[in-house]
Amino acid sequence: MPRLEIEAKTENLEKVNDFIAEVLIGCPMKLLMQIDLAVEEIFVNIASYAYKDKTGNVSVDCDIKDGLLTMVFEDGGEMFDPLKKTDPDISASAEEREIGGLGIFLTKKLMDEVNYEYKNGKNILTLIKKI
Amino acid sequence: MTINKTRENETLTVTIEGRLDTTTAPQLEAELKSSLDDIKKLVFDIKDLEYISSAGLRVLLSAQKVMNKQGNMVVKGANESVMEIFEVTGFVDILNIE
Repeated sequence: MPRLEIEAKTENLEKVNDFIAEVLIGCPMKLLMQIDLAVEEIFVNIASYAYKDKTGNVSVDCDIKDGLLTMVFEDGGEMFDPLKKTDPDISASAEEREIGGLGIFLTKKLMDEVNYEYKNGKNILTLIKKI
Repeated sequence: MTINKTRENETLTVTIEGRLDTTTAPQLEAELKSSLDDIKKLVFDIKDLEYISSAGLRVLLSAQKVMNKQGNMVVKGANESVMEIFEVTGFVDILNIE
């Protein structure tokens, strides 16, 4: 499985997107955008919160097999299950809307499957998408 | 991302091209912050916007909240992929999309 290991900081987002795009060469634009978006939301989440004030790495594994794209994000930061976050109320008015909370929600909506586990001191988030 | 602003009387048209993501959204936020005073109508022309993430949605939502107080806001030209994001997040109901 192609793997990228990189420091978990927002500035590296483009490198992560480039890495995923290489695996997805030839993929339709719309699908690519959905995948890019999930990757951004997850990576930025890890970059912003996993290591608090410290720095650390995140690894991204990405592979396509039997029409399924699997992406696995692993970090050694604080234990955090982003899937536990309550979904935002998408029927609320602009005034009632909170600024934020949409990233994980979008990821869940755009991917076919999102799983979280904490194993050997690592947060492991797996995203699966039919392509 | 490229941002172009055109002001005509109390109408401000903001054209956004490229990608509105975590790394570029702060740039749009700063541009808006400095130019919404006295604006009654804000138009986002996004026909050449290729990509939007939650960071971009946040900036649009903030702008909508400001404009609700002082006038109105229109978002026009969204492509199919961007439109899908507006639909999934319920932004189709809070933004005035043309």
